[in-house]
Amino acid sequence: MKRTRLKTSAVLAATVSLGLAGCASSERDDATTGTASGAGTASSGGGGSASDTFTFGAAGAPEVFDPFYASDGETFRITRQMFQGLLGIKPGTADPEPELAESWEPSEDGLTWTFKLRQGVKFTDGEAFNAAAVCYNFERMFDQNEVAQAGPAEYWAYTMLGFKNGETESLYKSCEATDDATAVITLNRYTSDFPVLLTLDSFSMQSPKALKDGDANNVQKEGEGFKYPAYALAPVGTGPYKLEKYDEANKTITLVRNDDFWGEKAKTGKLVFKIIPDESTRRQELEAGSINAYDLPNPADWKGLEDGGNTVLVRPAFNILYMGLNPEKNEKLKDLRVRQAIYMALNREQLVQTQLPEGAKVATQFMPETVAGYNTSLAPMAYDVEKAKALLKEAGAEGMTLQFAYPSEVSRPYMPDPQKIHDALRADLEAIGVTVEVVTKPWNGGYLDGVDNGLFDAWLLGWTGDYNSANNFIGTFFASDTNDFHTGATDFGATLTKELNDANGVVDEAERTTAYEALNQKIMEEYLPGLPISHSPPALVVGKGVEGLVASPLTAEMFDTVTVSGS
Amino acid sequence: MSESPKGSRMPGSRRKAKIDALAATAATVQDAGTVDEKPGVSLIASAWKRLRRDRIFLIGLVITAIFLFVAAFANLLAPNDPTIPMPELIEDLRRQTNPVPGPEPGFPLGADDRGRDLLSRLIVGSQQTLLVCVFATLFSLVGGLILGTLAGALGGWVDSLVMRFVDIMLSIPSLLLAFSVAALASKPSQWTVIIAISVAYLPVFARLLRGSMLAQRHSDHVLAARALGVKKAPIVFRHMLPNSLGPVIVQSTLVLATAVIDAAALSFLGLGNPDDRRPEWGQMLGDAQEYLSDYPHLAFYPAACIILVAFGFTLMGESLREALDPKTRR
Amino acid sequence: MLRFIIRRLAQMVGVIGVLSLLVFIWLRMLPGGTVSAILGDRATPESRERLITALGLDEPLWVQYWRYLKRAATGNFGASTGVLPGRDAFDIFLTRFPATLELSIFAILIAIVFGVPLGYLAARRKASFFDNASVIVSLVGVAVPVFFLAFLLKYIFAVKLGWLPVSGRQSDINATRITGFFVLDGLLTREWDAAWDAFKHLILPAITLATIPFAVIFRITRASVLEVLDEDFVRTAESKGLTNQVIRTRHVLRNALLPVTTTIGLQVGGLLAGAVLTERVFSFGGIGEALALSFQNRDYAVLQVLILASAMIFVLVNLIVDILYAVIDPRVRTR
Repeated sequence: MKRTRLKTSAVLAATVSLGLAGCASSERDDATTGTASGAGTASSGGGGSASDTFTFGAAGAPEVFDPFYASDGETFRITRQMFQGLLGIKPGTADPEPELAESWEPSEDGLTWTFKLRQGVKFTDGEAFNAAAVCYNFERMFDQNEVAQAGPAEYWAYTMLGFKNGETESLYKSCEATDDATAVITLNRYTSDFPVLLTLDSFSMQSPKALKDGDANNVQKEGEGFKYPAYALAPVGTGPYKLEKYDEANKTITLVRNDDFWGEKAKTGKLVFKIIPDESTRRQELEAGSINAYDLPNPADWKGLEDGGNTVLVRPAFNILYMGLNPEKNEKLKDLRVRQAIYMALNREQLVQTQLPEGAKVATQFMPETVAGYNTSLAPMAYDVEKAKALLKEAGAEGMTLQFAYPSEVSRPYMPDPQKIHDALRADLEAIGVTVEVVTKPWNGGYLDGVDNGLFDAWLLGWTGDYNSANNFIGTFFASDTNDFHTGATDFGATLTKELNDANGVVDEAERTTAYEALNQKIMEEYLPGLPISHSPPALVVGKGVEGLVASPLTAEMFDTVTVSGS
Repeated sequence: MSESPKGSRMPGSRRKAKIDALAATAATVQDAGTVDEKPGVSLIASAWKRLRRDRIFLIGLVITAIFLFVAAFANLLAPNDPTIPMPELIEDLRRQTNPVPGPEPGFPLGADDRGRDLLSRLIVGSQQTLLVCVFATLFSLVGGLILGTLAGALGGWVDSLVMRFVDIMLSIPSLLLAFSVAALASKPSQWTVIIAISVAYLPVFARLLRGSMLAQRHSDHVLAARALGVKKAPIVFRHMLPNSLGPVIVQSTLVLATAVIDAAALSFLGLGNPDDRRPEWGQMLGDAQEYLSDYPHLAFYPAACIILVAFGFTLMGESLREALDPKTRR
Repeated sequence: MLRFIIRRLAQMVGVIGVLSLLVFIWLRMLPGGTVSAILGDRATPESRERLITALGLDEPLWVQYWRYLKRAATGNFGASTGVLPGRDAFDIFLTRFPATLELSIFAILIAIVFGVPLGYLAARRKASFFDNASVIVSLVGVAVPVFFLAFLLKYIFAVKLGWLPVSGRQSDINATRITGFFVLDGLLTREWDAAWDAFKHLILPAITLATIPFAVIFRITRASVLEVLDEDFVRTAESKGLTNQVIRTRHVLRNALLPVTTTIGLQVGGLLAGAVLTERVFSFGGIGEALALSFQNRDYAVLQVLILASAMIFVLVNLIVDILYAVIDPRVRTR
């Protein structure tokens, strides 16, 4: 124990001096330009000098900084820089890698997991990270009050299912610290998602002392919203950055480098997130040099951005866009032939070519190819107007009416422009004689509600994987009895649910992969509960002089490797 | 008082006092002595005499006339079908590298972002635009007319009730009012846009009308009619209402202009008509926002059309207002 | 006068009360809602159900409204669910209101500084090229859609020329906050850089927001100067042989400014509506932007506070204008 500590402190000293050298040089740079351009223009002036600050243009405000109560990308982008989980994500992939746990080992039945923890890690409040801290965190996540269970602790509810005093049985059973460096987590049931689900930002490790002092679990209902304890805005983690301030009036969040970070220290001393809701304004900010990057540039902008000297980082497509069908709402959709006819009518090749960015692919099944369980033998459903018409006729659904919805005022990673995609698909459907009734709703203004409440015959939606697991895709879609696709109303629904849960429970990895491959084939050929459309690569754009940003298929980029230099 | 009834594209700036001030002009006109049988003839005649010589009015008139002409014959004028992608244009369309194909032979302005002929869309767009502004104005006018007449004619508690209601409507930022109407609709279309805009302007008309009717309730000719035993309804409809219409007409011209701009604002915020097979300029402009940086022409053309037409209406409205204003009528 | 003010204030309370009920019901009639805004696209029917029960959204509307009233009476307007989740809705209003006020003040100043002199000059040279040109400019200004104008301004002055910042209220500098008015704070704390920086951020949005009030003030100044020039007392003054200078300042301008003053007051209230679009395109964190955001996210608590607050501001501004009017113009008082 002592030896490791000595070692880390030696490393620490070395990196500190290195860091100092870095600081000195950047300060010098600042000084020269500082005198030239005068005070007050430093950050609005177009970024001609090496900078110790990386500024990101965020599209929305973060929810809370306690990642356990967060659920949206804008929040996780920030908390990710401050927190780490037992498992991390290998940069540029969707695969797990050791982070705060150095290794892990399951028992034979896959129910008991032993995590060997990294030593010498400290939270930013000086507390030591150890097995007791891990168990404290898990118990804290498990033991949520009723209010938190209903909404804020969303990710736990989705993945671990139940809570300590809840009705549903949780996957999580217990956590035990056998020694300082070993934590043993026991599950009630096997799931293929464990332990990869520990890569989720929500399950990051937080300082037990800060959690306790800040009464972190004390979420209260207030009006129609939630009131979070003060801790949620001042959380303590082990990541490369720590929170400096959230200037609500100026809509900026500032993080500073965690100089006691156990790994390689962050390259820039400061991370600033500026909240800019309007996309064309984000682009102008980037062009003016007052932000260094922003997320999800419109594919139509990619070329213009690159021509302007910026770099568009295209992420591998780890998502799926699908057309959902509701057989409960529209009886005709209960007929497999009708669903197939609709699928055949869609000219997805042309859609991908004209409306989606380069690198987009026609989907053959409900998951991207990097997921274990992806069936390589499946070919895309062929575009065939005549056959589609014939099938419709056969099913007695000629001239059927389909109410087909898309969300307005939103752009999703898998669906850059819903309206245009909807437009193209609608034209395809009309070509086989289907009368399309167009419905559109704002994303939060009735669209998601409508999908969940089964108000539409057909709709566009998609999914970006949380981690690399087949269950995270097809399990999310169809495993529940009451899902958006209303498979409960079909004759295959119950079977599919059972098959999915069976596959998820297979402990042996190779066997499980085969099971999922077979299931994918069945879903596409026998069930076809929905129509997978495409995989579309979402991008991220960085301005001149930004280096070292590795695009992540999970949109989980780390900014500690980023450098911002003069152009 | 020669205050401008015209405030902004954000109708919230039309305050009560301003509206009432404008309304008061009707009464003054009336008190100047018009014949009851042919209400407003002398006023209109004298106004027209002045307007004919007014260069500003004539410019507005010409712009409006051209707009109406184009709208009326849009289908003949448009070289291509604006509703479907042109094969020549969609061939070149690539979402990422060439989302907005440029001009080609036969397509002088190029395509929009779905390969449709931009020029044809602009020409045919005049129709929808005319439809939106005319109906939005009409609806708000009729709504305002009903409420205003009720309040102005009956007075008393009806007046109080109606006007408090109107006050409440006025006190909500008008754009938000329009938002919520647009959002309430289960199926957004051009009609939700029209209704949204008309709801935002309705209180203005109501106040305006009520103001000028109130001013007349105590004017000599109404008192005279009442003294002669004329019933309430005829007084309202034959005497008070026609004489109150002057300022309302002026206001309508101005609302025509702002309605086009408001339609664009709704589109910009994602609450416009989602179906763009029948184009409308405000919608075209709103949709073009994502291309502002690289393909500004896509926004520029509809914006120019909107500005021109709004300008034309405003010129007419302003001159009309000045012509009808007794104070400047010397 | 005092009775008049009291009566109007009482009316205001009534209006706000009715409005609170209308807004409450109306918001809950809107499609969508807090639940999907909180849960996002991973919501399942069960999780929705849980959340609806937990938040009490399944209870009758009048029960919900009564609860809301009781809470509001204690100054608790509920927690935000969309704009800044977890934060008190009224706090959000307090943090953001200074931004809108600051922006509005600058906008109205710009409108006055340009509108009044230009209107005066245009009237003095009626029908000249200058007059016609400025009338047309003011009319075109009104006809340009806000977001288009804002985009052009940002493109020219921020992106191409680099003179001004694109958006936001202040650069990332360590500024001390006292009042929430960034420029004022900079001056109070003698952080000149911060004040200057905040000022630069204000210029473009203020110009955008000022176009409409500018046009209105310009036209009213012009019209009322024209009117006054025609009045008997000016003719008398001229015939008495008073110099132009004296007539201009003592007689014309003074009298012409009466309606202008009231118009300025009236425009202030209307700026709030204009702020919705302006603040959005300039990412200026005021209540206009919050209105649009909370609407998009169905953030009931924040929407309610903002709508009621803006209605209150509207009514108050109108009241002040009426009082001012009575104070300035003795003729009104005698009525």
